[in-house]
Amino acid sequence: MTPKDAAIGPPMSVMFELTHRCPLQCPYCSNPLELERASAELETHTLVRVLDECASFGVLQVHFSGGEPLSRSDLPEIVAHAHGRGLYTNIDTSGVMLDDTALAALQQAGIDHLQISFQDVDEAGCNRVANFPNAFQLKLAAARRVSAAGLPLTLNFVVYHDNIARVPQMIELGLELGAQRIEIANVQYYGWGLINRSRLLPTREELQHATATVEAARVRLKGRLRIDYVVPDYYAQRPKACMGGWAQRLINISPSGKALPCHAAETLPGFTFWNVRDHSLEDIWYHSEAFLRFRGTAWMPEPCRSCERREIDWGGCRCQAFALTGDAARTDPACVLAPDHAVMQAAVAEMDGTQPFVYRGFHNVEKVLKLKNLPTV
Amino acid sequence: MTPSAVTEAAVPRLGVGVRLHHDAVRDTWGLLAPERLFKLDAQATEIMKLVDGQRSVAGIVDSLVVRYHAPRDVIARDVCAMLQGLADKNVVHA
Repeated sequence: MTPKDAAIGPPMSVMFELTHRCPLQCPYCSNPLELERASAELETHTLVRVLDECASFGVLQVHFSGGEPLSRSDLPEIVAHAHGRGLYTNIDTSGVMLDDTALAALQQAGIDHLQISFQDVDEAGCNRVANFPNAFQLKLAAARRVSAAGLPLTLNFVVYHDNIARVPQMIELGLELGAQRIEIANVQYYGWGLINRSRLLPTREELQHATATVEAARVRLKGRLRIDYVVPDYYAQRPKACMGGWAQRLINISPSGKALPCHAAETLPGFTFWNVRDHSLEDIWYHSEAFLRFRGTAWMPEPCRSCERREIDWGGCRCQAFALTGDAARTDPACVLAPDHAVMQAAVAEMDGTQPFVYRGFHNVEKVLKLKNLPTV
Repeated sequence: MTPSAVTEAAVPRLGVGVRLHHDAVRDTWGLLAPERLFKLDAQATEIMKLVDGQRSVAGIVDSLVVRYHAPRDVIARDVCAMLQGLADKNVVHA
């Protein structure tokens, strides 16, 4: 390790993608194209042991995500264990399985915060994108249940071409349902989202309008409703600080136990990701080659290496660099200074909101694995 | 519309889902909240330990004046400013 690496403390958060099973089929899902089957998922006792490691290593927050984390019947047991170890517990759920019994079990287990995703505020649009009848009503009911239980609620609105004009109604729904926080997050174009990119990408004008709406609402609702806003990279001047920098703050654990610096890292070739079945979190964080490879600034090419923003954006996103240029160690094309920046405009020129969705699901894995090189250059 | 400024009459309490946490590994105090962490310095920690949803800002200030023998107006200004900052971020209600 370089001295800089040695100065890195333990991660603040660990994201457990507990399962890739999900009743919904959103075409922008952040899961990898190669979904892991239920038979490969970590057993309860292994998750309990990893949660013990989180607490003793210095992790403060744990996130239970998926797929749909409520697909696992042992979720309350897992949450209770994390809570008992003093970890702050978050669940990211679609909400469609969060009935009275499920919420009561999670509340008894000590859940600290629930985040419910919404595909749209338009009922038909929400159900169509989730490819699940009645998803919208189930989500509304789940959100009301969380608020009524006095638990902190975040609504996570994923935005794209079809729904980006409805940002004002998303903010209103957040207030109506008693959320403390909402996310207005543009689709991030990796995995399933990249497959559907030309279908989902908003226009520059649509994005600018949404941005102005969010900025005005933040001022108006300061102290009442917190709005986190995530833009797509395709109209950006500079890249985002993906994950706050590679292997700087978070460990993502796949359903089968692979420890990843980010949820999309499995798309990168030439990596071996250590498994929490075989290695401790501390060992993975400080010694696995996958975590060390892009940590810090030593790996950077120009123009990143001499850029004054190198410790602000950390060179952007490695997975996006690979997906769009074929080389994970290149500058993220989102940056105007990147030699490959033109691929972003090329992608924008391919926009076509009339195409059908390629839905996320085990049934489509074979099809998309054949397609997956198409959007790249 | 921003919430009214934190006054000495206000009774501050933690926001929904926010908790005061001692980080045993780093030996620091902080606030844990949905998708956020706030590190607290020594002074902020002493203030937050007194935020219990019962005590007013004036009560918190009085308690700190006794403990630190500092001028009351200086402490009151610091406490109000710190709580206002957290109220703006929806972490404390006052």
